Amino acid sequence: MPDQRVVEPEYLLLEAPREKKFITGSQAFAEAVKRANVDIAIAYPITPQSETMHLVGDLYAQGYVKDYYRAEEEYGAMSAIAGAVRGGARAFTATSGPGLLRGLEAIVSWPGHRIPVVLGVMTRVVNAPLSIQPDNIEISYLLNAGLVVLHAENQQDVFDFTLAGFVISEKVDVYLPVVVATEGFFVTHAKGYVQMPSEDMKLPPRDPYKAPVPPTDCEIPPARIQRDAPVQKSNFMSYLIHAVWQQEVWSANRRAMKWIYKYLGGPVEVVNPDAEVFIVASGCAAAQGREAQRYAEQEGLPVGLVKVKSLRPFPEKEVREALKNAKAVIVPEHNIVGWLAKEVKSVIPNSGIVIDGPRVYGGMTLPVELIMEEIYKALGIKKEKKTVV
Amino acid sequence: MGLEYVRISPGFERYMPRDYVDLVKFGQFGKQVDVMQLGQFKELVEEHPMCAGCYMAYFIRVFYAALPNPEDTIVLGTAGCARLALSQAAVPFIYGNYGDTNAVASGLKRALTIRFPDKVKDVVVIAGDGGLMDIGFGMTMHSWFRGEKFTTIMVDNEVYGNTGGQESGMSPKGVQLKMAPLGKKFDKINAVELAQVAGCVYVARISPTNPKRIAKVIRRAIYAAREFGPTFIHAYTSCNIEYSIPTREVLKDAREREKKDFKFYEWMTDEVKEYLEEIERKEKEKAKQEVK
Ligand SMILES: Cc1ncc(C[n+]2csc(CCOP(=O)(O)OP(=O)(O)O)c2C)c(N)n1
Ligand code: SF4
Ligand SMILES: [Mg+2]
Repeated sequence: MPDQRVVEPEYLLLEAPREKKFITGSQAFAEAVKRANVDIAIAYPITPQSETMHLVGDLYAQGYVKDYYRAEEEYGAMSAIAGAVRGGARAFTATSGPGLLRGLEAIVSWPGHRIPVVLGVMTRVVNAPLSIQPDNIEISYLLNAGLVVLHAENQQDVFDFTLAGFVISEKVDVYLPVVVATEGFFVTHAKGYVQMPSEDMKLPPRDPYKAPVPPTDCEIPPARIQRDAPVQKSNFMSYLIHAVWQQEVWSANRRAMKWIYKYLGGPVEVVNPDAEVFIVASGCAAAQGREAQRYAEQEGLPVGLVKVKSLRPFPEKEVREALKNAKAVIVPEHNIVGWLAKEVKSVIPNSGIVIDGPRVYGGMTLPVELIMEEIYKALGIKKEKKTVV
Repeated sequence: MGLEYVRISPGFERYMPRDYVDLVKFGQFGKQVDVMQLGQFKELVEEHPMCAGCYMAYFIRVFYAALPNPEDTIVLGTAGCARLALSQAAVPFIYGNYGDTNAVASGLKRALTIRFPDKVKDVVVIAGDGGLMDIGFGMTMHSWFRGEKFTTIMVDNEVYGNTGGQESGMSPKGVQLKMAPLGKKFDKINAVELAQVAGCVYVARISPTNPKRIAKVIRRAIYAAREFGPTFIHAYTSCNIEYSIPTREVLKDAREREKKDFKFYEWMTDEVKEYLEEIERKEKEKAKQEVK
């Protein structure tokens, strides 16, 4: 392990010279953790996540991470993460599909406990019948909890979102967990080019006293003396306290937006803003959407792309603005319920222009042709279907 | 930092709440109190909404008086009756989700060890029988298997008290409770034996009939956890509501159980024994000198 010098987040994330590497999504997660000055990582195996936490285990063995263990199961892992972060440590963990749902009670209580942490989510089918493939329905379970949820299109996003995730989560006006979701296998097990700053640099350590809610370490004046703990009682005060606390959680979630602008160039990426037909997509579907947009451009069709990087906070204003002259909106997704289509419909005044789909689920790939079909339909172009046997 | 953060900065005394000033002046921060003097010093827990006459509430009162290092102690609890009092003590308290205590404590203790390698920070779980032996069973066991250095205290009322009296794994066989309309069909879980097998370095079973002994056991469990590994206390703390034990008979009931299945039991590894003997010898010497 090289000696790592501490550098400012702004330098590491935005200015430091970067070198191009050809790595998997799992490696991209680990490379970000390597530069994030992480105190503790807690692991539990599940395909397709496991490889990420194996690599983080190697980082622990090499000394990049101070403590690491394999938990009893995901509920235990996510609860221990809460304990470690409340004790003032910077922590990382990751999971997939069924593991995410098993840990969910703990995970969705992190925002209320004001737990700044990064959770990697490598999507995988949940519910029966079993499949281990990258259906991303699990992301919908995360959208109503107050967590910041970023959705990575590729290995580069995984690296950038994860490293920036630690910084954003610990901002005093945010102080929430950041989820970095990406599709299992398609991203975690495939290689892509990733531009990374040198590994001899790392983020400053977590300062748990720079916080809206202090750590539980018996070190900060004034003493946390809870002579009255109304939240523990069933009375009007407890309803009120829960209500105002959750309002603050969601305000904090919205306040993350400015940091998403600062460190990730904003919550959306718009390609061909003057188009008539838009593809709105996140994660891997955005990669396929990008291809479809490129095909369409080659064919001279007025098609644009809105890639949504941040699902929470949801870029309401930005999506509305990007779609203000759209005649049709195509929302390709890797799940059966179409959670992104619902989000998009809910933020534009003319939701009738949103075409539900195309969707694939069970972990299938999303062929660009499916998106092209919707584009042709939207533009009234008749194409003969060729069936190649 | 410990004590320093508790003390009031000069000039601020008159702006602090009376309750706080009393805690610092007449409380147990920075000193060792004698549990036999309960009521004669400012206690760490006073008001709480547990049932009048509840033996668990009494046990918790003794627990706080017994803490060797209250200014550097963090208590973890969970859903259940105990948390009603724990959340109102003058000691930092963490409440997560039902049954998660031993996982949260594992993460917390590790974080404190990373951040304060040279300081004593005691982490203590107090949770119910349902919390530790039913819903949180896996996390309880695994914290012991992993050798996590904190103390677990099970306040066993042999029932889900807080949700209105359902059977728990710690209810005795045959007892009729909610969700066991024909009586419980299997034996009370042998938690003490499990703790020993799972790697606890100090284990005690106690019916709280003798406050001095409760205090001693708690202190031993906390001391041993600092140096050697997980420690466990199984305390019988009857629920006078769900088991219909009149308040004035609570102690009698505890004594009866002490003669039967809650006989005092204490087990520790040899190294823990040696270590505790040394600590207790020093404490005695110190006490003697103070008398002089
Ligand atoms: C996940 C979850 N399941 C169920 C509950 C409901 N619940 C709250 S307290 C409790 C029982 C507590 O029993 P025990 O742990 O023995 O503590 P006691 O109240 O008896 O002291 C239950 C089932 C909950 N809060 N969370
Ligand atoms: S229900 Fe039972 S254990 Fe709970 S506070 Fe009342 S008497 Fe105590
Ligand atoms: Mg109970």
